[in-house]
Amino acid sequence: MQFEPIIGLEVHVELKTKSKMFCGCPADHFGREPNSNTCPVCLGLPGALPVPNKKAVEWCIMLGLALNCRVNEDSYFERKNYFYPDLPKGYQISQYAKPFCVNGSIVILGTSRARTPESKGADAGVAQHDEGQGRGKTIRINRVHMEEDTGKLLHSDQIPNYQGPKDVSLVDFNRSGVPLVEIVTEPDFKSTEEVVDYLKKLQLIVRYLGISDADMEKGSMRLEPTINLKVTESVSLSRSEITSEGVMPGDPALPAGRSSIDSGQGVLSAQARMTDEGQNYWKRKEVSYTPLVEIKNINSFKFVKQALEYEIKRQSEEFLKTREQKKAGNKATMGYNEAKKMTVLQRSKEEAHDYRYFPEPDVPPMHFTKSQISNLKSQIPELPEAKVVRYIRDWSIKETEAVIIVENKNLAAYFETAAAEALQKDYPVSKLSGVLVNKRLDFANLNPKDLVQKLVQEKEQETLKHEELAEVCREAVEQNERAVSEYQNGKKESLQFLVGQVMKISRGRAEPQLAASVLKDLLK
Amino acid sequence: MTEISKEEVKHIADLAKLPLSDEETGKLAVELSDTISHINILSKLNLKIKNLSETSQISGLRDIFREDVIDSKRILPQKEALSNCKNTHGGYFVVKRILG
Repeated sequence: MQFEPIIGLEVHVELKTKSKMFCGCPADHFGREPNSNTCPVCLGLPGALPVPNKKAVEWCIMLGLALNCRVNEDSYFERKNYFYPDLPKGYQISQYAKPFCVNGSIVILGTSRARTPESKGADAGVAQHDEGQGRGKTIRINRVHMEEDTGKLLHSDQIPNYQGPKDVSLVDFNRSGVPLVEIVTEPDFKSTEEVVDYLKKLQLIVRYLGISDADMEKGSMRLEPTINLKVTESVSLSRSEITSEGVMPGDPALPAGRSSIDSGQGVLSAQARMTDEGQNYWKRKEVSYTPLVEIKNINSFKFVKQALEYEIKRQSEEFLKTREQKKAGNKATMGYNEAKKMTVLQRSKEEAHDYRYFPEPDVPPMHFTKSQISNLKSQIPELPEAKVVRYIRDWSIKETEAVIIVENKNLAAYFETAAAEALQKDYPVSKLSGVLVNKRLDFANLNPKDLVQKLVQEKEQETLKHEELAEVCREAVEQNERAVSEYQNGKKESLQFLVGQVMKISRGRAEPQLAASVLKDLLK
Repeated sequence: MTEISKEEVKHIADLAKLPLSDEETGKLAVELSDTISHINILSKLNLKIKNLSETSQISGLRDIFREDVIDSKRILPQKEALSNCKNTHGGYFVVKRILG
């Protein structure tokens, strides 16, 4: 029996606009006095009128464009109705039928050639670079939509010195109404490594766009994976099944590639195949799917990996025991307990959620012209992937180094300034990248120009050392004519003697191997 | 006549967190059926409405945005924000325990 994970991701990113999504309260809620940043709009008081934040809408669209999405020219907000104490209006303003951005993609585990903005110019160089390597995997983005964050719920045991009544929760609405972008993928991930790489890439893109800190610890980036398993097993066909297929064992008209139907619902009919031994019975592949599980409350990449690995194990064991399959209504919501390193059932959804979405009557619909969209597109800075491609193409630096440099936006900026300086001073950029990646010099307190200056000096000194060595070697040769003629007559050991002399003259400062090669050159 | 069943009424009441007696459920099933049937008359009218697409907006407004500026005039002091709440604690709204 084979288990293959199928994982999709919902990621929420809080935008770092100055004000909230639909009102003028400050969006920065971290570490503030509880309920000190609220107004009638974000408290959901009667009669308050939400007005969307232009910057937040633009940033959401920019993120969608950076993720290769199509922008819906006509879009609107909708009400997602449900009751929860952190949702003061009884509904969340979100998007459903017409999200700002749809049908995007992101390439993980490598860089894409085709999608790089400057791919036309880059293609030749990059193609050379990746020749023969499988480059990356495309994850489809279903949608990138805009909504408002909810308030924050705390449980009484999370409040220091709490003395009040137990069995209560406390609500802080400072976060209520903060602009939130939701990025939803198709269920395209087959391993936890793919998930983590996607999350890192997405986080980096968000940071390069400068629209959010995407800080997992502060909750400005939140993850909700949904996972189930595809179970494949081989089952022997009964005689009746075989005859009903109209094929008898050993029939030469073997339907080798009868197409299977992958409906995602329960048992699927499949292909008939001979066994390896060539025995006269048939096997068919049976495919089923375990129930979907959505995991909430994950606040680090490490924990998302752990939680998913735990679920893969749990679901496969559960399937072996119960053989329960995915069907409408048996999706469960689990939380991840970091201390116990296990997922914990939060609620099993007996019925599918019924949010009764409908267009938000208080916010008029929006139309984006092609020129508005292309204007936003032009504001997207060079993204990490394009930088990697450019560094390799223009400066022949190692891909591993390029990747490490772009992982830090500030380091990339530093590197680019330093690279410009290095080019002027005729210092190889490919060496510069190595210095930055290996942190060979403490460059935190050096500006890029001074760093390059230092490297150039170092290089000059090195050449000087080389000249000094050559001088010492010549001296050794002049003082030891016998050893020289012995060597030239074929006595190889004499070279070692000469190296020894070099070491003596230089008082041990010369490097023996280097000295040997310089001597060889001299004695040719 | 569109028939709204008692089960549908119960489901809607659940979603709206309305506790309904059996009697009320029955009564609302009839009333909701009437309302929907009444609205359905529109679909029988042989007017040009069949060529009209449905809308959720009749104001004619669109693209209403605000610039990203903090408006501190409308921010409520914590005390005022909490003023209509039955239970508060240390600046928080207190509600019945959620989860766990």
